[in-house]
Amino acid sequence: MSEATATRGRGASRAETRRSGAPQRRRLITLLLVVAALVVMLLLPLYVPEFWLRTGFAVFGAVVGAIGLNLLVGTTGQLSLAHAFFLAVGAVSYVYVSGESGGIGIADLSGLGLPPVIGMLVGVLLAGLAGLLFSPLAARLRGIYLGVASLALVFIGVHVLNAWTSVTGGFNGRSAPEFSLFGFTFGNTDPDLFVLGVPFREAERLWYLGLVLALGAYLFARNLLRSRPGRALQTLRDSEVAASVMGVNVQGYKARIFLVSSMYGGLSGVMYALSIGSIAPESFGLEVSILYLAMIVLGGLGSVNGAVLGALFVSALPLVFQRYADAIPFVGGQGEGGLAAGEAARFLFGAAIVLVILFEPAGLAGIARRLTRRGGGAGGRATSPPGDAPSRPTSPDPSEKPAQGSPT
Amino acid sequence: MTQFLSLLLNGISLGVLYALIAMGFVIIFKASEVVSFMHGSLLLLGAYAIARLSGPLGFFPAILVALLITGAAAIVVERLIINRLRGAPVISLAIVTIGVDIILLTELIRRIGSDILNVPHPWGGDSFQLGAVGISQNRLIAIGVAGVLIALFFAAFKYSNWGIAMRASAEDGETAALMGIRQGQVSALAWVIAGVLAAVAALFLVGSPTPGVTPSAYAVALRAFPAAILGGLDSVGGALVGGLLIGVAEALAAGYQDQLLFLGRGFSAVVPFIVMIVVLMFRPSGLFGTKELTRV
Repeated sequence: MSEATATRGRGASRAETRRSGAPQRRRLITLLLVVAALVVMLLLPLYVPEFWLRTGFAVFGAVVGAIGLNLLVGTTGQLSLAHAFFLAVGAVSYVYVSGESGGIGIADLSGLGLPPVIGMLVGVLLAGLAGLLFSPLAARLRGIYLGVASLALVFIGVHVLNAWTSVTGGFNGRSAPEFSLFGFTFGNTDPDLFVLGVPFREAERLWYLGLVLALGAYLFARNLLRSRPGRALQTLRDSEVAASVMGVNVQGYKARIFLVSSMYGGLSGVMYALSIGSIAPESFGLEVSILYLAMIVLGGLGSVNGAVLGALFVSALPLVFQRYADAIPFVGGQGEGGLAAGEAARFLFGAAIVLVILFEPAGLAGIARRLTRRGGGAGGRATSPPGDAPSRPTSPDPSEKPAQGSPT
Repeated sequence: MTQFLSLLLNGISLGVLYALIAMGFVIIFKASEVVSFMHGSLLLLGAYAIARLSGPLGFFPAILVALLITGAAAIVVERLIINRLRGAPVISLAIVTIGVDIILLTELIRRIGSDILNVPHPWGGDSFQLGAVGISQNRLIAIGVAGVLIALFFAAFKYSNWGIAMRASAEDGETAALMGIRQGQVSALAWVIAGVLAAVAALFLVGSPTPGVTPSAYAVALRAFPAAILGGLDSVGGALVGGLLIGVAEALAAGYQDQLLFLGRGFSAVVPFIVMIVVLMFRPSGLFGTKELTRV
């Protein structure tokens, strides 16, 4: 891919010199677009039916998870298939800490019954701890060995979910408690809420929660990538030797990015539990890890915007297919000769992954970038400040640049 | 003691099958630097083809055709995708095989549905008694066939032109190419062999004591991953040792599951992964893998 990166880098700098005449105007347009998008997101619950809001919350959860995985795989180059495991740790911790003790059917469940906010925090922290515990092993393994070793975590995780019935609910899973923040529940009632005559029920409330969490996750990742640790991580990906020569503590950074990535995974797991309303072992299997990998590959490895696009695409598509099964050719209900919605979506992901890696290694983010370039430079990207030296290619994700000091 | 011996024998029979699959991983990795995540669906494809074709064609012709189909599927992927990505990062290559795997697996699961496809092995589901130690005939034949194949494979790897070319290009691709070794051919052949080995493993894995072809055969190939990894991804001998180790460990955990009940039911399926993690903790490149050295 290094060759492709180099080509893209050249193209980028050419575009940059052509465009550098009006960076001020570009910045303004970008700002306006971002504000407009935010306003639309904020107003959406007033107009859009519940189905889309629920899908939206699921997408926000996936966005958080995908950004986290992309920091690890895309930015730092550590292939991990263990993301489903960290999701599971987050989700289970949340359900255990905030759930009530009691029995459902034959299962005897225990729970701490603490406020959901604490459950969420504990979920994120425990997932981070799990990542930190795995990182010494991860730091010793190179490339593909890590990918396969992380596979083990998923299988062990599913086994634990099945076996540890008192905490996880076992094979049948257990339901997740409603989220609430300082007495305000994110459920259907209590308090009943109307905004401009529109009833704000669970879907509407969760939408805002998801928006806030996803936005926070997004901003954190962007800032991280532009900071000193972000540069260090990208150097680590390009060459560990070069990184350590530049004074980057290789093991330390690997451990820290594992921590951050698995905390993202934990938060995403909590959001998943909230969005489905329950957890079960089958929700955290290998397919989930693979879907998250699909998100970041389709979106563009190493790009935060790409992770968002990929998560949107991968997590919303099956739901949309399900909803509009009649209207889409070849997709029908099961047993009607057509493809089931989930199957159609999976075929599409598979093909998309192969095509992206073959023809557009920068993913959807790369395509978007090219489109905005072609459109006379009036794209909606938050780029580097205008004061930047023109020799530096402006790409929304710093990782696209060959890292400074890497022998290219 | 009899129980232990019987479990050991069953473990070895499972282990040689894992070894067949793991060798496929290894030669693919050696020849084209790809870790093939699509081996599970290749294996399932082989099993599905045998099950579906043995009705119309008869059992042995069906095996032949199934081997051809699986080999062909492997080479198509190699030619159309992997060959175009020569020199891409290992991670991209691994992810591309995941993409292919999603497509193939979805289609196979759709076709199999919730059925259990029966494979009419002529040797049936009888078991064979060796004193007090019992093993299903299917698994016994598996040991024989896999043993012969593994021996053949080692011989070919050591003496045949392909084996020498392959080892040369794994050692130093550029020099090998300069010496006139066509890497495309080497890599294509490696994929075909890996596909065929996976199909052979599938043939025995869907026989007794397993009920037949279900999508869960896919998970078996995933358990062969630890075998390849703990032996060392670039060591063919390591794949054999790793396969046996994993097979025996899994069979023992399954046999003594009553004693291991505190670890949860179905613990044996996780054992290969735990063994792998333990080995990797002490030897990050596997038991026989080349240690990566970095010189500055």
